[in-house]
Amino acid sequence: MTGAGAEIAESVADPMVLAEKVHKSFGHVEVLKGIDMTVMPGQVAVLLGPSGSGKTTFLRCINHLEKINAGRLSVDGALVGYRQRGDKLYELRDREVAERRREIGMVFQSFNLFPHMTALGNIMEAQVQVLRRPRAEARDRAMTLLQRVGLADRARAYPSQLSGGQQQRVAIARALAMDPKLMLFDEPTSALDPEMVGEVLDVMRDLAGAGMTMVVLKHEIGFAREVADTLVFMDAGQVVETGDPREVIARPQHRRTRDFLSKVL
Amino acid sequence: MSMAEEPAVAERGLPITAVPVRHPGRWVAVAILLLLAAMAAHSLIFHPNWRWDTVRQYVFTDVVLQGLLKTIWITAAAMAIGIVLGIILAVMRMSPNPVVKTVAWLYIWFFRGTPVLVQIVFWVYLGQLYRYLSLGIPFGPEFVFFDVNELIPVILGGVLALGLNEAAYMAEIVRSGILSVGRGQTEAAEALGMRRLTLMRRIVLPQAMRIIVPPTGNEVISMLKTTSLLVLAAIPELFTTVQNIYNSNYQQIPLLVVASLWYLLVTSVLSVGQFYLERHFGRGVAAVRRTRPGRGVRTAGEA
Repeated sequence: MTGAGAEIAESVADPMVLAEKVHKSFGHVEVLKGIDMTVMPGQVAVLLGPSGSGKTTFLRCINHLEKINAGRLSVDGALVGYRQRGDKLYELRDREVAERRREIGMVFQSFNLFPHMTALGNIMEAQVQVLRRPRAEARDRAMTLLQRVGLADRARAYPSQLSGGQQQRVAIARALAMDPKLMLFDEPTSALDPEMVGEVLDVMRDLAGAGMTMVVLKHEIGFAREVADTLVFMDAGQVVETGDPREVIARPQHRRTRDFLSKVL
Repeated sequence: MSMAEEPAVAERGLPITAVPVRHPGRWVAVAILLLLAAMAAHSLIFHPNWRWDTVRQYVFTDVVLQGLLKTIWITAAAMAIGIVLGIILAVMRMSPNPVVKTVAWLYIWFFRGTPVLVQIVFWVYLGQLYRYLSLGIPFGPEFVFFDVNELIPVILGGVLALGLNEAAYMAEIVRSGILSVGRGQTEAAEALGMRRLTLMRRIVLPQAMRIIVPPTGNEVISMLKTTSLLVLAAIPELFTTVQNIYNSNYQQIPLLVVASLWYLLVTSVLSVGQFYLERHFGRGVAAVRRTRPGRGVRTAGEA
């Protein structure tokens, strides 16, 4: 690790996300070929890379939507999907996997709001069903979050009545309602019309400013330069380059990074 | 273009007043169909063999109304069993647990693979196959005995037969509904820490209802008429009732008309109910189609 990662590693805190030689294959196709990555608490890591570089797969491994085949991946000191006792690994039960996922918020490229529930209902649902919060408390929390993402007046709207940018902001609020210690963003603005990208990035910027640990996948790099503590460039299932975003963007060390940046800048 | 000669076409910004396409064929077809309908109606009303006086005489009698009530009651009970068990079977069929999955598969295989007629006879005459049921240690001592004929009266046997058979069909309908809900919905719910049964109940099934309701309406209507098979077990539902009457007075046609009129009426009422159910479960979806066409396609293209 270089740059921001190394500086923060001097502090005593454990990494929020720690990946060591993570491999993942779909059938015979190896999508991740030994990923090493560290994200410290409070950091924003932006994963950059061309389509097919494996960054989406890696993100999905972090909350166990995909199983890794080799290596070690842990969130806040706990292995993802397994429990280690001695030198043996035990698969976690569904219930335990679900308990771990509560602490990791995820925002999808295509929002994936529940279409049969209002914005308010979307944000209350998992609070009530998973965290067993009383409805009144869940509603208060949901309204506070809607206020925070600037949509308090749309609480009663169904997702189909919201614009793409509004839907994504509701999706972020829905994830935040679980009080996660880590937020994963899978191309959160790629499905949006250009004029709506800003409103979603504003919410994410606020979140980063409030100290949330975030892993963000992005094609475009403006956000990375501005908000990220670490920029990780991935290509063909490997981490090519890691470092301070301004540094990497200004002086990429590897040819593959340079090629990619020249295309998107 | 000379504007003076064609003012109606050249005048921009006015509402279009074009001559619509004519469909003379439709009018000919309507004329022929009306003629045929009139002939059929004439025959239906005036041919003496329909015996409308007999129809009128029986249509509101107590026995017929009680038969109708029993038919409705059996349909409701059998569909309740079918829907509840069908949902359970569908969720089991899609379980990651291979034991659970296989049990559901075997159930559906068996009940879809044997005639419902045979199943009715089996349940109704179960008492002749197994006179007693008992609870106890397998192959060991028995503690409680049941007389099967007391445990399962004939009408309950009929309801069970129809309901258990229906469950197999409902399971496939529910499964198609579940499959219609996008993978993203499941993933979003999983990412929020929901477990399988919660996400099925709260997220997937409510959305699947939109697909499930129309064929289920079909099943209810079909069940309404399938209850007439219970004539085999001499259960006095609507069809058995009219059969009993025409067996003694030999007025088959008018009494079958009596039964058909009632079946037709109940079916019509059910169709109205189905309309409101569909509207309820379509909420939040209809608007998507209207206001955001092509959104899904474009998202996929940029991924």
